[in-house]
Amino acid sequence: MLDIFSIPLPALFGQLLLGLINGAFYAMLSLGLAVIFGMLNVINFTHGAQYMLGAFAAWLMLTNLSIPFWAALVLAPLVVGLFGVVIERLLLKRIYHLDHLYGFLLTFGLALVIEGLFQWKWGSSGAPYPAPIPGGYNLGFMFMPAYRGFVVVAALVVCLATWYGIERTRLGAYLRAATENPTLVRAFGINVPRLITLTYGLGVALAALAGVLAAPIQQVSALMGTNLVLVVFAVVVIGGMGSIMGSIVTGFGLGLIEGFTKVIYPPASNTVIFVVMALVLMVKPAGLFGQTK
Amino acid sequence: MHDVLLKVDRLEAWYGESHILHGVGFEIGRGELVTLLGRNGAGKTTTLRSIMGIVEKRQGSVRFDGQETVGRPSDTIARLGIAYCPEERGIFSSLSVEENLLLPPSVKPGGLPMSEIYGLFPNLEERRRSQGTKLSGGEQQMLAIGRILRTGANLLLLDEPTEGLAPVIVQRIGEIIRQLKQRGFTILLVEQNFRFAATVADRHYVMEDGRVVDMIEASDVTQSVDKLHNYLGV
Repeated sequence: MLDIFSIPLPALFGQLLLGLINGAFYAMLSLGLAVIFGMLNVINFTHGAQYMLGAFAAWLMLTNLSIPFWAALVLAPLVVGLFGVVIERLLLKRIYHLDHLYGFLLTFGLALVIEGLFQWKWGSSGAPYPAPIPGGYNLGFMFMPAYRGFVVVAALVVCLATWYGIERTRLGAYLRAATENPTLVRAFGINVPRLITLTYGLGVALAALAGVLAAPIQQVSALMGTNLVLVVFAVVVIGGMGSIMGSIVTGFGLGLIEGFTKVIYPPASNTVIFVVMALVLMVKPAGLFGQTK
Repeated sequence: MHDVLLKVDRLEAWYGESHILHGVGFEIGRGELVTLLGRNGAGKTTTLRSIMGIVEKRQGSVRFDGQETVGRPSDTIARLGIAYCPEERGIFSSLSVEENLLLPPSVKPGGLPMSEIYGLFPNLEERRRSQGTKLSGGEQQMLAIGRILRTGANLLLLDEPTEGLAPVIVQRIGEIIRQLKQRGFTILLVEQNFRFAATVADRHYVMEDGRVVDMIEASDVTQSVDKLHNYLGV
């Protein structure tokens, strides 16, 4: 009795697990996008490239410096986050007073430049990254590769830690307040420009962390972020800009929906998220967890 | 000779291209409660926002405790010990009442402890877990005043704290402002409600068209009622 509606159970759970893993990446990436948008009012189209940079940083650390995965998991987000800080200080801070469109052009152009450079240097075929945890478990109804299980748990921990940091701590209160009224927060004596830089660095580091986690699952390649980030933008639109818990729930949820669609009707699996997006926009234009202003 | 805490001299300020303040000058002694009176558009709020550094395009001199603040960004001005309570109150909807109270960082020793702030505003303690903007207008005003008392700032800039509030709440806020003065806070109060201002202030400066045009001591207010009515157009 290993099937429901003539779908074999192992296949169903296999796809749901894949969906959960994709969802973990959607959640981590959309979280960073939501935090950055809330604070900077910039839709960070460089996010996919920064995710790729995370994976590349880990891969370069392993192949050139023999730095193992677990160390890269900390070091790569730090390095890429610092790169984000530099971008914010040098470029982004000049466009905050301008229309959204300038932020879009700047971050999109940056993504093209970064991805182009990596494609030129390392080609587009991609390099493998060895799985840091080999083997897996037979759960009876399916086989679970150990590393993939780790990714789901790690992503959940990272998402909840970010949520806690923003919703329950002093620094998070500064961040939420500065998202609402930066002028007043600054007049209370808080260095808001530094807070903005820090927020961008944090969002970028989150993208890079997702990239490091993805390296052993996907090929490390210059364009690994481009397709993913399109889906992530749809996730952000569905969840509603600026809602932290919304991003997490929507990310995991849509990953599962995508996995489920792959089992029932595979040709629709690439479009189902955009169909959901259209439906949500018709009913709740601000997104599932968004607030209309 | 009394001890001047804030001295504003020939202060000019602009919003974009429009020139709002045309050489504002006045001073406040340590521990004094002084009001800025004037009609809508006279430049009272802009004066507060210029002292605070929120209006960045400004010239002239604002000396706080002997230090020049014109040219500094608002966060460093706040850290000298000036706290601002805006006219629109500026309660954060994404923060609870308690988070709103705890938001402004300490800038100096000597701020009121939370227990005393809750003592002044018992309603806030009862509702400390509520969303900041779910409070009534009066409670939001008390929250906006309460949260700048914790930081150790000794000059409070209060922009129309009684605006739109019921008479009984206005009275309560008047009592609180008098208590704050007794505790040694120096207060610059912007008011349109002259009747309210007269009950709390040591001195009044009258503003018109971006200038201070007159100064009236509290003791002379009764003789100057006609003049004041003329200025304020009531």
